[in-house]
Amino acid sequence: MTNKSADLVSGTLEMLVLKTLAPEPMHGYGIALRIEQISHGVFRVNPGSLLPALSRMERAGRIKADWRATENNRRARYYQLTELGRRALKDERQQWGRQIAAINRILEA
Amino acid sequence: MFGNLIGGIRALFHRNRRNAEINDELESFIEASIDAKMGSGMTREQAVRAARVEAGSAETVRHKVWSAGWESTADSLLQDLRFAIRQLRKNPGFATTAILILTLGIAASVAIFSFVDAALIQPLPYQNPSRLLILFESNSLGPRFHLSYKDYIDWKNQNTVFSSLDTYAPDGFMLQTPTGTQKADGVRVSAGFFRTLGVAPALGRDFRPNEDQPGQPRPTILSYSAWQRRFGGRADVIGQTVVLDGQPNTIIGVLPRDFHFVPAEPADFFTTERADGDCAKIRGCHNSFGVARLKPGVSISAAFADMRTVVAQLERQYPDSNRGRGVFMMPAIDLIVGDVRPILLVLLAGAALLLLIATVNVASLLLVRSESRRREFAVRGAVGASRARLTLLFIAEGVVLASSAGILGTALAFLAMRYATGFIPKDQLATMPYLAELGLNFRVVLFAIIVSVASAALFSIMPALRVSLADLHTDLSSGGRGFAGTVWRRFGSNLVVVELTMAVVLLVSAGLLGKSFYRLLHTDTGLIPDHLATLQVAAESPAYAKDPALIALERQIDARLATLPGVRSVAFTSDLPLGDGDGTKVLSVVGQPHHDGLREGVFRDVSASYFSTLQAQLIRGRLFTEDDDATKARIGVINRQFAKQFFPDQDPIGQQVSSDGDSKERIRIVGIVNDIQEGQLDAAPRSALYVPFTQTPPNDFAVILRTAQDEESLLPIVATAIHGIDPGLATYQPSTMSRRLHDSPSAWLHRSSAWIVGGFAALALLLSVVGLYGVIAYSVSRRTREIGVRMALGAQRSTVYRLILREAGWLTAMGIGAGLLCSLAATTLLRSLLFRVQTWDLSTLAGVALTLAAAALLASFLPARRAASVNPTEALHAE
Repeated sequence: MTNKSADLVSGTLEMLVLKTLAPEPMHGYGIALRIEQISHGVFRVNPGSLLPALSRMERAGRIKADWRATENNRRARYYQLTELGRRALKDERQQWGRQIAAINRILEA
Repeated sequence: MFGNLIGGIRALFHRNRRNAEINDELESFIEASIDAKMGSGMTREQAVRAARVEAGSAETVRHKVWSAGWESTADSLLQDLRFAIRQLRKNPGFATTAILILTLGIAASVAIFSFVDAALIQPLPYQNPSRLLILFESNSLGPRFHLSYKDYIDWKNQNTVFSSLDTYAPDGFMLQTPTGTQKADGVRVSAGFFRTLGVAPALGRDFRPNEDQPGQPRPTILSYSAWQRRFGGRADVIGQTVVLDGQPNTIIGVLPRDFHFVPAEPADFFTTERADGDCAKIRGCHNSFGVARLKPGVSISAAFADMRTVVAQLERQYPDSNRGRGVFMMPAIDLIVGDVRPILLVLLAGAALLLLIATVNVASLLLVRSESRRREFAVRGAVGASRARLTLLFIAEGVVLASSAGILGTALAFLAMRYATGFIPKDQLATMPYLAELGLNFRVVLFAIIVSVASAALFSIMPALRVSLADLHTDLSSGGRGFAGTVWRRFGSNLVVVELTMAVVLLVSAGLLGKSFYRLLHTDTGLIPDHLATLQVAAESPAYAKDPALIALERQIDARLATLPGVRSVAFTSDLPLGDGDGTKVLSVVGQPHHDGLREGVFRDVSASYFSTLQAQLIRGRLFTEDDDATKARIGVINRQFAKQFFPDQDPIGQQVSSDGDSKERIRIVGIVNDIQEGQLDAAPRSALYVPFTQTPPNDFAVILRTAQDEESLLPIVATAIHGIDPGLATYQPSTMSRRLHDSPSAWLHRSSAWIVGGFAALALLLSVVGLYGVIAYSVSRRTREIGVRMALGAQRSTVYRLILREAGWLTAMGIGAGLLCSLAATTLLRSLLFRVQTWDLSTLAGVALTLAAAALLASFLPARRAASVNPTEALHAE
């Protein structure tokens, strides 16, 4: 609560979600938690932005979802990358890399 | 993409399930969050609170997820549509008016487009039709005359520009059937005719190249409709024999269903032109037309030049027969649809213009409504509806109106098409076989859709502009009068003047055409048309080859028919009056010098009873008697026009005339009768020479019966009676004189143009009235406050009425005035169609002006009454 979370650079949320899902299927809260932990609390994703993003990506066929039991014996929707999603992740990472490099060159020029 | 579409549609249709899904997911998210927080040491209560706060409002999340898909946009559009339909249903008067005028506008343009499609867009059923030419021989009378067979052969051999040249000649055949001889329509063609057109029979084979030569058996090819109608569509007709004109012909083929050849329609039998025919042997005997296919790369003008040298050579070689004979050619397409093309295009342009005006009118009605809904929109805007969203409301309304009008209009157009073809006389329809393709094909439907979408776009844009131009906040606070309203009022007023002008022009034209049609039907034809039955008879059998046999036959028929119940008198003629004006000969007066140019006149063999049966008037001299037969010197009766033309200052009685330059056969004039219209109804009077049937009986003639009872019911009995005398006699074209009058081409032309222009005029009248109403109602709605002030200051209701009606009256007067001026100019274009009606016919002009003024008064009375019933307190308060 007290940590100030930065706004996500626009358009990157989907890429982060794809990356988070790359190793294994996860439910919504798990994704949010993982992003928060790995970014050391810099990025906090609330359901108001995560769930629409998941819905969009599912519609676009980048991820697929099914209801499963969680480790706490609750039911949750687990998301999993599709082949399309893997390719999208690769593309977006490359593009992101190019953009970051370009921005750095501008900033350091 | 596809998954996206399916997912969206599923979400739309199972909206509740989708919402539950989103809720479930959010719940599970929060529970996982609670679990995690409890795991890190919070109590359950703290964890629940923190998780809920983090997640935010469930409703917002749900809305965000829902808006992530395209279906939310679609859903709001659907909502707008439903709202628009509700709004329209709350205002049935407005909705009905708007849909009605749009429907009429769309129906008119779709129906006319379907004719354009059938006649001009669908290709002719020939290979590469644009390379086909029709060839004529020209002479001193005009360019489009028959060519002779010998000339044709020379043209064919000497030209260098056509890959093929063939002939056709519409002809009638006497067909032997088990029930007696019938007349059948046919065409004589040279053997390569169908190859030139690039058409192959659907069944059987084409003519072989030598099958028009002497000594060959006679082949015939059937049209598809003749095959269906006369032979039941049986495949075994190939090889069967039909007897045409007494000659056995073998059926060798059947043409494709879509084949037609307008210049020779209607045609059941196609036979070959015989090189050994009576006419084919004489170079001066002209009886067919040419059809040619241009060689690749040859232009029409090059072909024309080449043919001119060929014709000039023939003129030098055969001066006796070919002096003054030239060549004329035109693209086959022009001959086939050339007459209808300009008419159809003008009609289509007119319909498009009317539709445009109808659309603008609906837009103006929508504006009137938007005026009364300004507060509603201002409120919507104030509570956060975006401009785009408000515009969408207008567009939704436009789409609802246009799509209902589009569907209704297309259905109405379909009915109109079916009705219109039933309206065209059968003979006329036979010359327009391409109309068989008339109907709702995909092009017509596409046109209807484009037209509907375009009108929806047009009238949803206009009120939407009004919304974005006007300041919503001003509307909310004071009901301000914006710049846009003023612009619209000015534009709308001008439009109404244009509409009224157009309505006047069209109403005047329709009035003139209607009056002209009436005059045409009641013109003095020199005969009394009611109670006259007519029937064509052909006595082609060799038994009637000699005149005495034909005269005996005529006497026999006369005697037999005279005994039929209700028959008052029986007459015979070589050609019926009110016909196509054919049956002419070159007439000259013995003793008068030969005149330059030809003096063609009507030539008729008629029985002694002809004039009395038609109730034509004898002016001087005597009529024929039964005794004027071949044993006596030849005599004739002329008409008044003949006397005027040939004997301007002489007594014609006793003078001698000859026909077709045959100076040995002199015909002595014994009488003068009043002009009988032997040609078309609107034709100028022509010189006519009548000679006794009993001196030169034709073997193809018409019987005319004056009856005491309904002449129509007598027709079958007459045919039976004639067959009772000799079953080998062919009877055809049973008709009545009034039918000939009403179905004649000129009557048809007048009737159809009067109806079409009348239809347009009615539409224009409706549009201008609605347009005027729209503008005045808009003006009243804008001036409610002003009227309220006036009334508060003591203005009477009658003053308010006068105020509003003056505005309407001014527009109406301008429109009618401009319309009358324009119609004086426009109707001069109609002059060639008008029959004994002046273009400035006063009663028509006055009638139109009065009709429009009355309609305009009615249209402006409704808003004026609304203005007069304004309650000043409310008007001032509400604004």
